[in-house]
Amino acid sequence: MKKKLISLINSETFIGYCFILPNLIGFLLFISIPVVASLLLSFTTWDLFSPPKFVWFKNFIDVFGFHILPDFRFSTLSDYIIFWNYLRPNDFEFWYYLYNTLFFMVGIPLGMIGSLFMAIVMNRSLRGIMFFRTIYFLPSISSIVAVALLWRWIYNPDYGLLNTMLAYVGIQGPAWLNHPVWAKISLVLMGLWSGVGGYNMLLYLAALQGIPLHLYEAAEIDGANPWQKFVHITIPMLSPTTFFIFIMSVIGAFQGGFQSAYLMTRGGPGGATTTIEYYIYNNAFVWFYMGKASALAWFLFLIILLVTMFNWKYGGKKVQYQYI
Amino acid sequence: MTLHQIKLIRDMINKFFVYLVLSLFGISMIFPFLWMLSTSLKEPSQIFTSTLQLWPTPIMWSNYIEAWHAIPFGKFYLNSIFVAVAVTFGQILTSSMAAYAFARLKFPGRDKLFFAYLATMMIPGMVTLIPVFILLKMFGWLDTYKALILPGIFSAYGTFMLRQFFMTLPTDLEDAARIDGCSSWRIYWQIILPLSKPAIATLATFTFLGNWQSFFWPLIVTSSEHMKTLPIGLSYFQDIYSTNWTLLMAASVIVLAPALIVFILNQRFITQGIALTGLKG
Repeated sequence: MKKKLISLINSETFIGYCFILPNLIGFLLFISIPVVASLLLSFTTWDLFSPPKFVWFKNFIDVFGFHILPDFRFSTLSDYIIFWNYLRPNDFEFWYYLYNTLFFMVGIPLGMIGSLFMAIVMNRSLRGIMFFRTIYFLPSISSIVAVALLWRWIYNPDYGLLNTMLAYVGIQGPAWLNHPVWAKISLVLMGLWSGVGGYNMLLYLAALQGIPLHLYEAAEIDGANPWQKFVHITIPMLSPTTFFIFIMSVIGAFQGGFQSAYLMTRGGPGGATTTIEYYIYNNAFVWFYMGKASALAWFLFLIILLVTMFNWKYGGKKVQYQYI
Repeated sequence: MTLHQIKLIRDMINKFFVYLVLSLFGISMIFPFLWMLSTSLKEPSQIFTSTLQLWPTPIMWSNYIEAWHAIPFGKFYLNSIFVAVAVTFGQILTSSMAAYAFARLKFPGRDKLFFAYLATMMIPGMVTLIPVFILLKMFGWLDTYKALILPGIFSAYGTFMLRQFFMTLPTDLEDAARIDGCSSWRIYWQIILPLSKPAIATLATFTFLGNWQSFFWPLIVTSSEHMKTLPIGLSYFQDIYSTNWTLLMAASVIVLAPALIVFILNQRFITQGIALTGLKG
């Protein structure tokens, strides 16, 4: 008996599980069980105080469903056409916030172009290049709270940096954060400023340095000009990096937007900068609709899954993974 | 003029334009920070002018003293340091142990378990957020260090990254150690960990930075003042002094300065780490 125990303790299976155990406990407690719990929660209504109630698909219908206005009467065939005018989303806010989330994605291509441009300029062994790299990276390393505060001051309609500078050239700047469209653009601009010299730029820089020089040399011998070299060598060779950055950015944008909006505008004016992530935060931690918030989180999960699969299937073909 | 001279002149013009572009963008990057520093040293009456005045007269150092004493910044600093250090150490320990088992030991269910780890990396944080919050509430851990630290210690990503690194290490040393009767524990502690210093340093840097800047999670799980971390403290400060821009900027400088200094001192190492791993903060 004792011998058996000793051989068990010394077996690779036992030792292996011992090594994994601390991580596994956390994995079960904070990832696996919560994922299942989240799915179950999405079929209940629960405010954390009274016991949860099982409501089948009510949360999903409340958020994603549509209803027909009660004054609609079906009599003739042409009413089929009018029918669409009587269709209303159950949760108008959700669709508005989804639109906001998609609107914020205009920053993705702009930021990628900016990062690529910066990486190309930086990809030289010039004196003092490390100094510039450090400067461009500063916003990425700064606390978002301080950056947002700084930008609220920049966007201040009366005394802010931006409107003061616009006044110099004779332009009366808008009340940036108090206008439904300008507020969105303001957040996109802030995101560009803080992201352009950040992680994506470094990824592009690493990718640029990985392009073999002989490709450019061969092109030069064939008489290619710099633009042709850029279009026919640099861009195709960077495509895996571009693809990676794009997927990660889209996934990040779908589940992002809370921090900057919370700190800059509190999601306003009138919900104009509220994203899906912010809506989940409000549902869960302000109004305590745990079920509805979980349903929204699962919606995000499905969208992200679809985007990833779509990108892998269709985006993957255009990617140049190797050169010959 | 010879061909060589033309080439030299072209190179110089080229260089000039590169420096010009770098400087223009550089100024737009650094100017807001200087503006922040400048505002933090001004008198309140000075900031409400419509001209760009970067140099404050008189210089109000007292803004910093006032901001520092307005809310317990010292306590927030300690909280932030404690939480970030604890999470970093915890994550390195649990991730490297699991990564060693996944990379080197053979036991039933190992590959299935590893695949499960990989699969969960796809799941957005929003999905697990609410149940984890409820779990912590049931344990009575909300508004304690446990809530701030424990969920951050277990990282599928960290495990994955270290496992990939361990796979690249040569097995000769381990084989030799095993023949000499060395246990798995000693191999892990005395061979694998010392050989993996670069990977561990990279993971540690990002875990630390990520936690230092973390805003969302501490916002949700802390409520009392003495549990707040630095970013939450600054946000809380904003709510109180919402229009006192000189104090707000002074508080921001207090929060930003140490992180920026640490970054500038270590930036070569940090930026190379990002480029190598493709890790996003």
